[in-house]
Amino acid sequence: MDLAYNADYESFRAETRAFLEAHRARYPKPYGGGRPAPDMLAWQGLLIENGYAARTIPREYGGYGAEADILKSRIIAEEFIRAKAPTGLSGQGISMLVPTLLEVGSEEQKRRYIAPTLRGEIIWCQGYSEPGAGSDLASLQTHGLEDGHDFLINGQKIWTSTAQSADMMFCLVRTESGRAKHQGISYILLPMHSPGIEVRPLKTMTGNAEFNEVFFTDVRVPQGNVVGERGQGWFVANATLKHERGMLGDPNAANSRLQAIIELMQEETVGGEKLMQNAVFRDRLMQLQGRVLAMQFHGLRLLTASMTGDDVGLGRLIVKLEGCELNHQLAAFAIDLLGELGVLYHGSPHVRAHGFWQRAYMFDLGLIIGGGTAQIQKNIIAERGLGLPREPKLARG
Amino acid sequence: MEFALSQDQKMLQDSVNRTLDRLCPLDRVRKAADEGAYAADVWHGLVDLGVPGLLIPEQFGGVGLKLLDAALVAEALGRHASPVPFIGSCVMAPLALLRAASPAQQEMWLPRLASGEITAGVAISEQVAGAREGAGITVQNGRLSGRALFALDFATAALFIVAGQGGTLHLVDASASGLQKTALNTIDSTRSLGELHFQSVDSEPLIHGNGLAALRDAGWIMLAADTLGAGWQMIEKAVAYAQERKQFDRVIGSFQAVKHMCAEMAAELEPGRSLVWYAAHAFDAIPGDASLTAAHAKAYLSEVGRFVARTSTEVHGGIGITDLLGLHYWFKRIGLNRQLLGGPEHVRHLAAKMQGFV
Repeated sequence: MDLAYNADYESFRAETRAFLEAHRARYPKPYGGGRPAPDMLAWQGLLIENGYAARTIPREYGGYGAEADILKSRIIAEEFIRAKAPTGLSGQGISMLVPTLLEVGSEEQKRRYIAPTLRGEIIWCQGYSEPGAGSDLASLQTHGLEDGHDFLINGQKIWTSTAQSADMMFCLVRTESGRAKHQGISYILLPMHSPGIEVRPLKTMTGNAEFNEVFFTDVRVPQGNVVGERGQGWFVANATLKHERGMLGDPNAANSRLQAIIELMQEETVGGEKLMQNAVFRDRLMQLQGRVLAMQFHGLRLLTASMTGDDVGLGRLIVKLEGCELNHQLAAFAIDLLGELGVLYHGSPHVRAHGFWQRAYMFDLGLIIGGGTAQIQKNIIAERGLGLPREPKLARG
Repeated sequence: MEFALSQDQKMLQDSVNRTLDRLCPLDRVRKAADEGAYAADVWHGLVDLGVPGLLIPEQFGGVGLKLLDAALVAEALGRHASPVPFIGSCVMAPLALLRAASPAQQEMWLPRLASGEITAGVAISEQVAGAREGAGITVQNGRLSGRALFALDFATAALFIVAGQGGTLHLVDASASGLQKTALNTIDSTRSLGELHFQSVDSEPLIHGNGLAALRDAGWIMLAADTLGAGWQMIEKAVAYAQERKQFDRVIGSFQAVKHMCAEMAAELEPGRSLVWYAAHAFDAIPGDASLTAAHAKAYLSEVGRFVARTSTEVHGGIGITDLLGLHYWFKRIGLNRQLLGGPEHVRHLAAKMQGFV
């Protein structure tokens, strides 16, 4: 057990800090998804050039080309938070498609797509879920019929965030009829301007359309746009679902929410009394602080284990379930602290943080459901982590 | 940066677990529970491993390890519901002597504790968890009067560390005249608790530094670690039972209702391991974080421990609540750990105070 960083890492930290200090004037507004603004694109270019974004992506594909070093990645993350500097671009193209292409993409696909994706010139959306294929994703029905060198795609996707502004979609399509459920799917790259694609915004309870439905009618795409082997799309996609689940349980988000709540309790008054003086609220704060610390230290343990190869048992399997739940509880607590003020929404007089807490409370419920529902996560923990048997019917399928 | 156990630490925990697998199976726990919460053969097995001297420096006959090592032992003891003194005698008392005793006092007591020749009890409940039943110790000219409840590792103690009003610490010989000892019968029959009644009892003050906060933090961490071990034992028992018990022609562990109970226990308990590790490491290496993380470890494991104890029992169904199965030894051990040195609400109140929130 040694929580200090050695001198090499400390000097890397100092470099990172100096870089962020020197470029403070160039900080763009934080990236909120969709088509990046010009200042964000410029920032992203600067970050890649200096190794603070796309750090471990090979240079030939437009990355910085550094060796993978988890501690350096962590130091970068810590220093960006500390400096309140916007991180580079994120999104499903960078976090899910790029790792997939690096793993199984053809040389041509890598050269064509990775660099512009990293630079924010190609925006991607993900086409996995369908109205009839949620937790049971492999039952998806969108299908591609072979037509010469192309596939003709028909069907529907749902929960497609950023579909309105995306240039491309990576999606799962059933291309091999008559094959077993998991065997007949291909992972296909699809231009969103193709004729026959219709995007309909899907407004959620937050009042915003964070998602879309996407309809395909005879959409033509070359067979060369399949990533990996034809019919192996399920396995290609599964390799990257891991990345998504890791991303959804990030303990840094919980910690910054906790700090915001502490400030709120020290500043807000009700009936002339600071919220922090209320023993019931204080106890809830302490309960949540304990959980945030536990998840933060759990994150340190997983981080170390990914460097040393140490066995952490079911340690990784619990992160999405516990992390999303904790974030949701933090938002719920902030709303309770604000009481009647807590129901005000953006644009209202007296609203706090532009309605962030209500929006987070509602949106995070979606995160508990999306990316593998809490119940699916519990199945995974019980089956893979504890060795309990699968549902008899599923085990046969 | 490395947040993990060392090879030596893994070996230490393995060897304690192996010894307890051998010496302290359920039947042994059961027998000791009927005989005053003490298993002499298990204690001697731990003495052979050097457990009593774990935190005591080599110059006094111990092995001079750190609190994280002690937490790993506490976890193993909780896992086996071991009926032996530990938290008071092997952790808190040695720390009190190391941090606040004079060289002469250390010379006098530490070697005997390290060798396992004697054990020590610790009575600080009033100063940490708050006084109940009008208890409390007053000190006049070095003599103690009053009552102390919930003295840890009570029955076998030859020596007590006692907290007086204002948090002063005192050494008291268990056979001192004017000291009356009454065992307390708790739900948990694997550890010994008692009440001390002082009538102007001779004592020696531990005056070098303020040891009480450190004693409390160490006690919290050990109780949390004990619950971690006991809780994981209860999860493993539930999982094993769910793989074997059949209803409706299926093992019950294939039903999602049961599966999810098991998953929830594991998902809630496992982050507690990192919290215990961090708090124990901070106790020796990061003083600024020590008390707060110790408090959170205690409160978190108390809450999750209760959830695991009841849920594991429920997974077992009717047999879970019988004496036949013996699951209740862990259930009760976790129940005791929750209240000792302050229940979670009290501990969280102290955690808020430490940060200036109260």
